[in-house]
Amino acid sequence: MARIEAEVGKPQGGFMKWIDDRFPFTKTMEHHVTKYYASKNFNWWYVFGVLAFVVLAIQLLTGIFLTMNYKPSAAEAFASVEYIMRDVEWGWLIRYMHSTGASFFFIVVYLHMFRAMLYGSYQKPRELIWLIGMLIFLVLMAEAFAGYLLPWGQMSYWGAQVIISLFGAIPVVGDALVEIIRGDYAISDITLNRFFALHVIVLPLALIGLVFVHIVALHEVGSNNPDGIDIKKLKDESGKPLDGIAFHPYHTSKDLVGIIVFLMIFSAVVFFAPDMGGYFLEHANFDPANMTATPEHIAPVWYFTPYYAILRAVPDKLWGFILFVAAVLLPVFLPWLDRSRVRSIRYRGWMYKSALTVFVITFFALLLLGLAPAEGAYVMLARIFSVLYFAFFLLMPFYTAMDKTKPVPDRVVYHD
Amino acid sequence: MTKLKKFASLMALGACFVTTQGYAAGGGGSHMKPAGIDPDNVASLQRGARNFMNYCSGCHSAQYVRYNTIGKTLNLSEEQLMDNLMFNADKTFETIQTAMPAADGARWYGKTPPDLSLMARARGADYVYNFLKGFYVSEASPTGVDNLVLAGTSMPHVLWELQGYQAVNFDKHENEDGSVTTTFEGFEQLSAGSMDAEEYDDFVRDTVNFLAYIAEPIRSERRKLGVWVIMFLIFFFILSTQLKKQIWKDV
Amino acid sequence: MTEDDLDRNRRHFLTVATVATGAVGAGFVAVPFISSLKPSARAQALGAPVEVPLGSMQPGEMVRVLWRGKLVFVLRRDEKMLASLPDAIDQLRDPDSEVVEQQPDYAANATRSLKPEYLVVEGSCTHLGCAPLEDFEVRPAEGWGGGFFCPCHGSKFDFAGRVFKGVPAPTNLRVPPHRFVRDDLILIGQDTGAA
Repeated sequence: MARIEAEVGKPQGGFMKWIDDRFPFTKTMEHHVTKYYASKNFNWWYVFGVLAFVVLAIQLLTGIFLTMNYKPSAAEAFASVEYIMRDVEWGWLIRYMHSTGASFFFIVVYLHMFRAMLYGSYQKPRELIWLIGMLIFLVLMAEAFAGYLLPWGQMSYWGAQVIISLFGAIPVVGDALVEIIRGDYAISDITLNRFFALHVIVLPLALIGLVFVHIVALHEVGSNNPDGIDIKKLKDESGKPLDGIAFHPYHTSKDLVGIIVFLMIFSAVVFFAPDMGGYFLEHANFDPANMTATPEHIAPVWYFTPYYAILRAVPDKLWGFILFVAAVLLPVFLPWLDRSRVRSIRYRGWMYKSALTVFVITFFALLLLGLAPAEGAYVMLARIFSVLYFAFFLLMPFYTAMDKTKPVPDRVVYHD
Repeated sequence: MTKLKKFASLMALGACFVTTQGYAAGGGGSHMKPAGIDPDNVASLQRGARNFMNYCSGCHSAQYVRYNTIGKTLNLSEEQLMDNLMFNADKTFETIQTAMPAADGARWYGKTPPDLSLMARARGADYVYNFLKGFYVSEASPTGVDNLVLAGTSMPHVLWELQGYQAVNFDKHENEDGSVTTTFEGFEQLSAGSMDAEEYDDFVRDTVNFLAYIAEPIRSERRKLGVWVIMFLIFFFILSTQLKKQIWKDV
Repeated sequence: MTEDDLDRNRRHFLTVATVATGAVGAGFVAVPFISSLKPSARAQALGAPVEVPLGSMQPGEMVRVLWRGKLVFVLRRDEKMLASLPDAIDQLRDPDSEVVEQQPDYAANATRSLKPEYLVVEGSCTHLGCAPLEDFEVRPAEGWGGGFFCPCHGSKFDFAGRVFKGVPAPTNLRVPPHRFVRDDLILIGQDTGAA
């Protein structure tokens, strides 16, 4: 056997053979990197998966260094953050990277999810990838929420107060659940301590595990492409898809460009606008938590506000909570809500195109409305857009089935 | 491409909305004047530091701020720090504490004077600027003054010797439904201080500049460093696009 | 060279240049993270020099102070102690303070001190860091001239903190940087510049 392998021309020497006999290193590299074929007509929408991975790495690295100086106690948390910002050498950079990374995580993940909606990446046979992805999104939301309590500023405290109180809306078990989450009769030192445990151990571990499974599932089925074509159908003599191209060095060299552009934008925020006008670091959070005074205007961080706007649009506590949860969970069902015969928006009819456009506007509108105070015309607007949000998902089986689709070509097409 | 444009214009629209939000939570209203501070003006920061130590630090601490950090940014030697700023400390690595015990503050003013390390960052420089200019005579208040920006403040008008006292004119307008809308009309100088209006504005501006500086002492340094980081990334970007083109040549 | 070769060269060059730039970038990123592990401004403030007033110290008396979490002995040697210093020179491992790391230059003398009277040494045995005990009583019968004794592994030091032969400790007790601010005030942890 060994001789035949040598004749085939495997490049590894003695050491690699020793490894490969004991661990599938070369096999894994080939399967996931050097012989993983993805469509050659990927556009820049396809860079956000890699970017999400980069942000995860940034958050893990900076997070580890923050835990070395942060103190998870109500008495010391706020001061320890200022200690990091002022007394620890370069601590300010590490903290700004982490706080900026949190917002960029959501920017990148939202765009990554939107890519899937553009090109039908959640459709058969990639439903499981989408489900794992949604699970990642939910864990990420929990991770961000837990992390936001840690600086123990006014917004940390009152934001957590509002969101945790939401669970009190659940009939029968609500109040007990709220106490179990807080571990106290109010948000306190105890709550902070357990949120710290969740934020630095439980949820990051879950994230890493889910991201791993997400990628394994993706590489089993193969990446979708902007045409929504199955590139594995047409292969050359060696079994390589005609429209496919190796992940390395082709997609890696392209992703590197994307990563650098991302790092430019990321650095611009970290170095020139770490507060981002009060949206990445909220002004009121520079006041230490004060249990006796709520800030005048309180809104969650921007990445939660689309759902928060829906919550506020409903004039009933329980129904507000139900619609809030529904708004977060509805995308889970996309693979089954979408009845279209084609994947990519390129071959869909006007109905889906219009629906998706309206959805994007709706999402942005809700995001902004969630940040604004709930008064006057904003309330009515939030209701209208909430209806549009749900209509996009709930009417999807009808308009995607009715929509006139165009014929899908056999080979990928270059557009610009 | 049109889709991208649409997307971009939406983003721009959002950005407009977002930037107008700013310190919406800070209160104050439309009569807030911009503080016009320049955090890179070291002379102004030096004057502000002196003002802070002379007029604020008697009651307010800045517990996260070390004197030697200030010395480094404001180009002050150890001797200059000790002679001009450190009335209440004898080692340059100490933080700015107040001589007044917190309990006394609470007893005298009804409330412990807040720490000022992060005040300018939590409320905004404009807020502090207008607060320090916004004291007016009010019979109802135990300190004899109230404040336009923070109504009912328990802080007395510490800077009255400089600014003098002023009265405020409100226009009370009764709406059709019987509710009353109060709008700020302007201040009226009652007694002169040792400074004229312009001098006092500069005095407050320098002080606020210093407060903004201590809220984030690293600001200037991070901006300088940021330029280098971006330049490095631009170089890296050019290189990586060339490599990408070369690798994709035959695809 | 064919066009293919040119392409290959260019590609090779670009790959190496990109990887090198990436490595340089990673190096830059590593600096803040590693620097953040150094003692912070607060640690430096807490580790600031320590003042020891000498006014009330009697000859033969010793005080213990902590500087940067390290125990430091300040001993005011009496005349008998000082006189005993040359006695056992042949039994000492490093009588002339030749191991330069163990004391600043100004303490590399016969008394290992700035002023003969005052000995300033770190109370940390050079063997494994235990705190030596004072044993100032002279017991000629045991051949003990007085000094410091480490309870952990039996290392012995004389009144100048010099280590005896035949014990586990390899070097003399370390003299920390220090200076006299006034005749009756020692500053431990700093030997130049203003207080």
